[in-house]
Amino acid sequence: MTLTERLREKISRAFYNHGLLCASYPIPIILFTGLCILACCYPLLKLPLPGTGPVEFTTPMKDYLPPPVDSDHKQGEPNDQPEWYVGAPVAYIQQIFVKSLVSPWPKNLLAVDVFRSPLSRAFQLVEEIRNHVLRDSSGTRSLEDVCLQVTDLLPGLKKLRNLLPEHGCLLLSPGNFWQNDRERFHTDPDIIGTIHQHEPKTLQTSATLKDLLFGVPGKYSGVSLYTRKRMVSYTITLVFQRYHAKFLGSLRARLMLLHPSPNCSLRAESLVHVHFKEEIGIAELIPLVTTYIILFAYIYFSTRKIDMVKSKWGLALAAVVTVLSSLLMSVGLCTLFGLTPTLNGGEIFPYLVVVIGLENVLVLTKSVVSTPVDLEVKLRIAQGLSSESWSIMKNMATELGIILIGYFTLVPAIQEFCLFAVVGLVSDFFLQMLFFTTVLSIDIRRMELADLNKRLPPEACLPPAKPVGRPARHERQLAVRPSMPHTITLQPSSFRNLRLPKRLRVVYFLARTRLAQRLIMAGTVVWIGILVYTDPAGLRTYLTAQVTEQSPLGEGALAPMPVPSGVLPASHPDPAFSIFPPDTPKPAENQTSTGEPSGPMGPAEGVHDSPVPEVTWGPEDEELWRKLSFRHWPTLFSYYNITLAKRYISLLPVIPVTLRLNPREALEGRHPQDGRSAWPPQGPGPARSGLWETNPKGPGGAQAHGDVTLYKVGALGLAAGIVLVLLLLCLYRVFCPRNYGQPGGPGRRKRGELPCDDYGYAPPETEIVPLVLRGHLMDIECLASDGMLLVSCCLAGHVCVWDAQTGDCLTRIPQPGRQRQDSGVGSVFEAQESWERLSDGGKGGPEESGDSPPLRYRPQGPPPPSLFGDQPDLTCLIDTNFSAQLRLQPPEPAQPEPRHRGGCGRARESLGYDFSRLVQRVYQEEGLAPVHSPALRPPSPGPVLLPAPEEEGGLPPEKGSPSLIWAPSADGSIWSLELQGNLIVVGRSSGRLEVWDAIEGVLRCSSEEVSSGITALVFLDKRIVAARLNGSLDFFSLETHTALSPLQFRGTPGRGSAPTSPVYSSSDTVACHLTHTVPCAHQKPITALKAAAGRLVTGSQDHTLRVFRLEDSCCLFTLQGHSGAITTVYIDQTMVLASGGQDGAICLWDVLTGSRVSHMFAHRGDVTSLTCTTSCVISSGLDDLISIWDRSTGIKLYSIQQDLGCGASLGVISDNLLVTGGQGCVSFWDLNYGDLLQTVYLGKNSEAQPARQILVLDNAAIVCNFGSELSLVYVPSVLEKLD
Amino acid sequence: MTEGETESPGPEKCGPYISSVTSRSVNLMIRGVVLFSIGVFLALVLNLLQIQRNVTLFPPDVIASIFSSAWWVPPCCGTASAVIGLLYPCIDKHLGEPHKFKREWSSVMRCVAVFVGINHASAKVDFDNNIQLSLTLAALSIGLWWTFDRSRSGFGLGVGIAFLATLVTQLLVYNGVYQYTSPDFLYVRSWLPCIFFAGGITMGNIGRQLALYECKVIAEKSHQE
Repeated sequence: MTLTERLREKISRAFYNHGLLCASYPIPIILFTGLCILACCYPLLKLPLPGTGPVEFTTPMKDYLPPPVDSDHKQGEPNDQPEWYVGAPVAYIQQIFVKSLVSPWPKNLLAVDVFRSPLSRAFQLVEEIRNHVLRDSSGTRSLEDVCLQVTDLLPGLKKLRNLLPEHGCLLLSPGNFWQNDRERFHTDPDIIGTIHQHEPKTLQTSATLKDLLFGVPGKYSGVSLYTRKRMVSYTITLVFQRYHAKFLGSLRARLMLLHPSPNCSLRAESLVHVHFKEEIGIAELIPLVTTYIILFAYIYFSTRKIDMVKSKWGLALAAVVTVLSSLLMSVGLCTLFGLTPTLNGGEIFPYLVVVIGLENVLVLTKSVVSTPVDLEVKLRIAQGLSSESWSIMKNMATELGIILIGYFTLVPAIQEFCLFAVVGLVSDFFLQMLFFTTVLSIDIRRMELADLNKRLPPEACLPPAKPVGRPARHERQLAVRPSMPHTITLQPSSFRNLRLPKRLRVVYFLARTRLAQRLIMAGTVVWIGILVYTDPAGLRTYLTAQVTEQSPLGEGALAPMPVPSGVLPASHPDPAFSIFPPDTPKPAENQTSTGEPSGPMGPAEGVHDSPVPEVTWGPEDEELWRKLSFRHWPTLFSYYNITLAKRYISLLPVIPVTLRLNPREALEGRHPQDGRSAWPPQGPGPARSGLWETNPKGPGGAQAHGDVTLYKVGALGLAAGIVLVLLLLCLYRVFCPRNYGQPGGPGRRKRGELPCDDYGYAPPETEIVPLVLRGHLMDIECLASDGMLLVSCCLAGHVCVWDAQTGDCLTRIPQPGRQRQDSGVGSVFEAQESWERLSDGGKGGPEESGDSPPLRYRPQGPPPPSLFGDQPDLTCLIDTNFSAQLRLQPPEPAQPEPRHRGGCGRARESLGYDFSRLVQRVYQEEGLAPVHSPALRPPSPGPVLLPAPEEEGGLPPEKGSPSLIWAPSADGSIWSLELQGNLIVVGRSSGRLEVWDAIEGVLRCSSEEVSSGITALVFLDKRIVAARLNGSLDFFSLETHTALSPLQFRGTPGRGSAPTSPVYSSSDTVACHLTHTVPCAHQKPITALKAAAGRLVTGSQDHTLRVFRLEDSCCLFTLQGHSGAITTVYIDQTMVLASGGQDGAICLWDVLTGSRVSHMFAHRGDVTSLTCTTSCVISSGLDDLISIWDRSTGIKLYSIQQDLGCGASLGVISDNLLVTGGQGCVSFWDLNYGDLLQTVYLGKNSEAQPARQILVLDNAAIVCNFGSELSLVYVPSVLEKLD
Repeated sequence: MTEGETESPGPEKCGPYISSVTSRSVNLMIRGVVLFSIGVFLALVLNLLQIQRNVTLFPPDVIASIFSSAWWVPPCCGTASAVIGLLYPCIDKHLGEPHKFKREWSSVMRCVAVFVGINHASAKVDFDNNIQLSLTLAALSIGLWWTFDRSRSGFGLGVGIAFLATLVTQLLVYNGVYQYTSPDFLYVRSWLPCIFFAGGITMGNIGRQLALYECKVIAEKSHQE
C-alpha cells in the first residue's frame, strides 16, 4: 500500500466519520458554524464602510509647512498623520466669506433689493483682491504669482466657458455669472434667472454651478425673493498653488481692514486638509459591472446543476452563503491579524469568488445524491462525503499551491489577493464541511420523508411506521395522519372553489408572500439608513455647535442674539444697548456706512433699527464648506482636467467680510425693471416687518436650533415609522393568521402539503354537500355516462342507472346469478324488497340506504338456515362460483395485472355465493321445479321495474339462443360497461355481452359466442366492439327494430327499424349481431380500447398497440414502442393517439401514419390514465402524480401531487379546467397555468374517503366514486367562468 | 458582458428554435455571430480597462472613451475570436479527441472571469518592473489553461495564436498604425503574448461549449430519425 493510498483511505475515513457527525447533529453544528462566522466577521465592524467620501485632517495654521514628499520620519514614531498627508496638496483654497446686509430696512424697498446691491459689491471685492500686491523685502508678489493658474476648460463644457475662468487665476465669485462685468450686472433685469439658468432640473448630488460660484450651499446664500433674514452670503473662492504665508496674511489683513467684521469670533487657526479617495467613474464601472455579470452567470450556471434534492433553491442559497461568508470570514480574520485591506474590495471580490468557486459544493451534492436512496440519511451523507474526499482534498491542495505561487510573485497587490484567497479557501472548506454538509443532510432527510409519505404502499393498513431516530420536527406530515382509521387513504385533501377574481388573487398573493410587510420593513431600513448616512455633516455641525456653546468663546459668539429685543420690539423703549455687547453696532455702522452715521439717529429710529438681524459670525460659518456637496471640489477641479482622486487639498480658514449697506445704496443699485416686477413692495409695513421680526433668532441660533428641530423631527419620524410598522404587523397578524386558508379540520393537511400550484397559491377551500348516490353494496367498479344517464356497476355485480341531473336511481339491475337464486326461493320477497329499496334509493336518502343491506338480506336469510343448516353464512363477498372461476382462471395467473385492474380481478372473485347448487338440491329434495314465472311477480310494484331478470327467460328461446346461457353460473361479473342513449352495454367476465335498456332495466339482447371475458368495450353509434381477455376483438352491430304496433309488449320482437336515432324507444327490439371477429388481435389480453374518428385502438399486455378501422375492422398499424404492457390509451378526433404503459412511458402517435411522435418517461410505475386536451396531455400514474405535458413538444409542463389512492382520479371539464380527486374532496385546476383554482370538500371531513374515479358529465356535473357511493357535484359556475 | 451574456446561454434555452435549424452551416453561422459579438464586447471592455488609468474623474465623454480606440480594433478582435472559437472544436474533431474536460457553462463562465481578471491585473496592479509583470501574467495564463483546458491541442493552438497575434501587432506598430504608450519589448508591451494566449484559450472554451451544444442537437436529431 503506497503512501498515497494510505493517505487516501485515511482521508476517506475521516470524511465518513465527519459526515456521520454532521447528519446526526445538524442543528448544533449549524449553530456552531453561525457563531464561528459571526465571530470571524466581528473585526469587520472596525473597518470603515466602503465609500468614496473624503477624509479630513486638520493641522494648525501656525508654522504650517507643506508636508515633505517622502515621509521617512513616519517610521518608528507613532504619529496621527494619515498616510495620504504626504507632499504638497493639489491646491490651497481660500474662501472669502461675505455676509452682506441692507440696514436699516425701510419699508419702500423691494425684495430684490435684498441681494442686488450686496451682489454688486462682489465686483468691487474681486477687484480689490486681484489688485492686492504684497511688497516686502523679497520683492513684490501679486495674486497672479501664487494662485493656481488654470488653462482651458475641458472641451465638453462649452456652455460654462463664459462663466468659469480660463487661462488665469482660479478665482470664483458670484460675479462670474456676469463675466465679472459690473455693467452687465447692472443691466441684468433678472438676477435670479441668470443665477439659476444652469441649475439642473433634476436632483443632483454633485455640485451645481451656483454652488461653485457662490461657494455656499444654495439655501444659505440668501439670494431669494422670499428670504426672511435679508442677509446675503456668498464667498469668493481663491485657489492658490503654493502656500505663501505672508501674502495670505496680508490679504487677510487688508480685507479685514477694509470690511471689518464686528463680533467675529472666527479663530482662523487651522488648516483642513481634505483627501479624496479614488472615485469610481462610469468608465471604471463598466469593467466592474462586467465582472459582476460574469460572476452571476457563473453562480447561475453552477447552481443550476444542483438536482435531485428537495429544495433546489434552498441549496443554491446555502452554496452562495457558504462562499460569501467564507469571504467575509477571510477578510475578518485578516483584519484581526493586523492586515488591513488596501485593495478595492468591490473590485477583487468577483475574482475571489471565482477562485474559491462553488465546485466543491456541487460535487458534494452530486455525490451525496447519487448514493443509494434506501440507505439511512446519515450513511448517505457519510458515503457521499467519503467518496469525494480525495478529489476535494486534491483540488484544495492544488488551489493552495497555485495561490502560494502567486504569493511569491512579490507584487504587493497580488500578495494581498493571495493572502485573502488562502484564508478564504480555508474558511470555505471549513464552511463546506460543517455548514453545507449539514444543510444538505437536512434537505436529503426532508426529501426522504416526503418520498416516504408519497410512496407508502396502499396495502399498509397500519399506521405508517416512523423511521426510528428521526427528529420529531420532521414528522409534521406524518403526525397529521395517525389518528385516522385508514392510513391507506392518506390525508384528506383539499378542495378548491372556483376561480377567484383576479384582484382577490393578487391580494392573496400579497398576503401570502407578506410582500407589503416586507416592503415596509425594507423601506424603513432604507429610510433610517438614508437619515443616518446622508446627514453626517448636519450631525457634526450640531455637535460642534453644542460643544462651542458650552465653551466661553462660543457663548460670546452666540451672545448677540437679539432675542429680547426681538420678542419685545415695541414694549422696549430703551435701546437694547444693555443687552447687546457695547461695541457691537457702532463700529459696524461707523465703518461701513458712508453717508449716514447711526449716531444722530433718534431713539425711535433706534427702536426701529434694533430688530434688524445683525451680521454675526459663529463657529458654523468657519466650516460652511462642509455643507457643500463633497463633490464640490472634485467637480471644480475636474472642469480643468485636474483629478483629486487619491490627492488632497488644503482649505485655509475663511476670511470673513461683512458688508453693511444702507437703503440708499440699495436703491441706487436697483434696476429699472425691478420696480415693475411682479414682486409687490414690502406689503403693509407693520405686518411684513412684524413677520420678519417675529423671527428673533440670529442666523447662528436659527441654524443651531434648526438642526435640533431637524433631529427631533427625524427622531419623531423614526418612532412614528416604527410604530406604524408594528401596527401594520399586528394588523397583518390579526387579519392574515399564518394558517389562513386552511379549514380547521384536524385531519386536513397543512397548507404546505396542499397540491398547490407553482405559485404556491392555495385558494380557500369550500365545503359543499354533494348529491350522494348510494345503493351499491360494494365498491363501484365501472362507471359510464352519456350525460343524461349514469350507469354504475359495483363489485357485487349490481348495475344502477341514475339520472345524472337529479341523482335519482332509475333502474337497478341486480346480479343475474343472485337473481336466479332468489327467483327460485323467495322471489316474492326479493321483488317486494327491491322495490322498496329502489323507491328509497331514488330519493337518494342516505339513512334508508344505510341500513338497506340487512333489509335486503333479511328475507333471504331465514330460509337458507332452515333448509341448509350445515351451510356457512355466506355473503356476496365470498365467491364460491368455482365453475366460473375454473373457466376463467387459466389465463389469469400468468398475467401480471396492472394495479388499476386489480379491482376487476377482485370483482372476478367476488361473484357472490352461488346458491344454485343448493337450490337444485332443495328442489330435488322437495320435488319442486325451478319456476321462472312472471306470475310470481308482485303485481303492485309497477311493471317497469324489476321484472327484467325474470323476463330474460322469455327472450332466449325467441332468439334461438340456448337457454343454458342463462344458467346462473355462466354469468360472470361485470368487467366493462358502456352507455349510449338508453342502452347499456355490459361486458362480463364470462364473455357475455349484454345490452340492457337503461330506463326500464330490461335486457334487450345478449351475445355469448366466446367465453373469454370482455375486458373493454366500445359503444359507438350502432357499433359495439368488445375486447377480450384472450386477445381477440369482436365487432358487433346493433340493429334496432321499432315496434309495429303500440300494443306490442316489450320483449316481443318488433320488426321495424329506426336506425338513425341513438335513443331506442322502449318498444323497439334490439338485436346484436357479431359482424366480425379478429381472433388474435393481440397475443395477450387486451387492456385498453378506445375508438374515435373511425379508428379503433387497442392496447394489450403484449406491449403493442393496434389501430383498426372501425368500418371494416381492418388492422391498419401495429405500434411498437412501449417496453411494458399497455395500460391506457387515448385517441381523439384529431387522430392523435396517446398511450401509456407499465413502463411509465407515454407515447404519442400519429394515427394517420402510424409513427411515433414523441416518447416521454412520465411516471415511476404504471401510467394509470391518460387524457388529452387540444394543447396538452394529462397523465396519471401509480406514483400518484398527475403530469401535464405539452402536446406538441412533449415537454412536461408541471405535475400535481395527488393524494394516495386518488392517483387516477382526474377529469377534464373543459380545455383549460382539470378536476382531480382527493381525500373527500375535489380540486379544480387551471390547466394552462397549473394554478389550483379551488378545492371543494364533499361532506364532513370525518367520512373522507379518497375519490377513486372522476367522471365529468356534460352538464357540468362531476361524479366521484368514493368507494361504494357516488357523489354528484355540480360546478356550474366553473363553466360559466371559463366558457 | 450584457450582450455576450444574453447570447451565449441563448442556445441552451431556446432548444426548439435551434433544433429547427437544420443545416449545419446555419448553425455554424450562429455560433460565429455569437462568438463575434462576445469578442467585440470583450475587446471594448478590456480596452476600457487598459486606458482607465488615464481617465479623469468625470470625463464628460464617457461614451466616447469606450470607443476611444481605433474603430477597427473591436471588429478585428471579434473576427479573431470567432475564428478561434470555431477553430478549436474543428481541430478537436479532426484530431479525433473530443474535449471532455469540464464541459459546462459554469466552467466557461469561470474561465471568462479569470481572463478578465488577468486583464484587470495587467492594467491595474503596480508591478516593479515589466519582467515581473510578464512572468506573472505568463504564469496566470498557463494556470488558466491548466484549470480549464488541459488539452495539448488547446495549448498548441493558444501558443500559435499568441505568436501570430503578437507578430501582427508588431507589424502594425512598425508601420505606425498603432503605438504603445510605454513599449518595453520591441515596441510593444511584453505582456501582450500572455494576454493573447489567455484570450485564445478563453474563446476556444466558449467555442467548444457552443459546439458541444450543436453536437447534442445533431445527435438528438439523428436519434429521432
